[in-house]
Amino acid sequence: MAMEKTALLALLEQKFPHDVEAAFTDLGDEVVIIQKEALIPVVKFLYGKPHEYTLLLDITCVDYLGQEPRFEMVYHLLSLAQNKRLRLKTRLSEKELRIASLTELWKNANWLEREVYDLFGVEFEGHPDLRRIFMYDGFEGHPLRKDYPLRKRQPRIRLRE
Amino acid sequence: MPGRRELSSGIDKRVKMPEEKTLRRPPAEFITTQLNYVLGWARKFSLFHYPFVTACCGMEYMSAACAHFDIDRFGAGWTRFSPRQSDMLLVVGTVTQKLAPVLKTVYDQMTEPKWVIAFGTCAVSGGIYDNYAVVQGIDAIIPVDVYIPGCPPRPETVLDGLLKLQEKIQHQDQEWRWKRRRS
Repeated sequence: MAMEKTALLALLEQKFPHDVEAAFTDLGDEVVIIQKEALIPVVKFLYGKPHEYTLLLDITCVDYLGQEPRFEMVYHLLSLAQNKRLRLKTRLSEKELRIASLTELWKNANWLEREVYDLFGVEFEGHPDLRRIFMYDGFEGHPLRKDYPLRKRQPRIRLRE
Repeated sequence: MPGRRELSSGIDKRVKMPEEKTLRRPPAEFITTQLNYVLGWARKFSLFHYPFVTACCGMEYMSAACAHFDIDRFGAGWTRFSPRQSDMLLVVGTVTQKLAPVLKTVYDQMTEPKWVIAFGTCAVSGGIYDNYAVVQGIDAIIPVDVYIPGCPPRPETVLDGLLKLQEKIQHQDQEWRWKRRRS
């Protein structure tokens, strides 16, 4: 893992000294690990000029079962002006499984956050319409969590036999 | 012991079965058998199919249905996009738990007589998708006549499955309007 610091990473560490836990370059992309309270300020800082990370590519979540904090949110940003990518990561504990929503900045965060809510159960504060997107009404649990049973089935209609 | 039943055979030995009638069949049965044969012949060569295409197997379905392999040679050329007009349901691709009620509705909307082909491994058994989302074989939802394995199946396999269905239709007991139902 190359640990060289780009100018942007140094600037982020200087501007958010308490919230940036780590900032490094990995596989050619900048990775920033932050506290979850600082998500909105950091994202707004990256969104504005001169960095212009104006495209939200993806929101995902990783379940590190057995670790504390258990979940890790991953945001993938793209700067069209600089042709650069950036990964933003933040850890969430199972008891406090909520984080601010990015729907005010990006419209596509709406469905991406619904996906993470559906499959992992992370709640997004300020989301306008937080409900399941893949699974159906009446589905119990969050299937992409590591403690969801592999062979557990929840049929929507009564099956034959 | 009164009221006790034989578990193994399932036949209550106290009830005496009436003696079987002589095996001389009435002459009308000859006509019925021939009508059954003719109806089977007609039905197996006029299959109107409804493609319930959900996944990549649809490409192989298109290949089998279009000019290169041409299921019209076997009398199944008419694709009807309404289940009410079709009598062969082709379930092509993965069926998720979310989609299951839709497939059930489509099957229920089809008029009798109707046949179902499970096309591809996902429709047959769930395939590689052994997970929370996918129905492990559509026979958990609707009855299936012919299973065509393959991921996706070659068009030749599809044609072979179609021939097997035709054979099944030819030899099955046909239903028609004024047929006396066996009760």
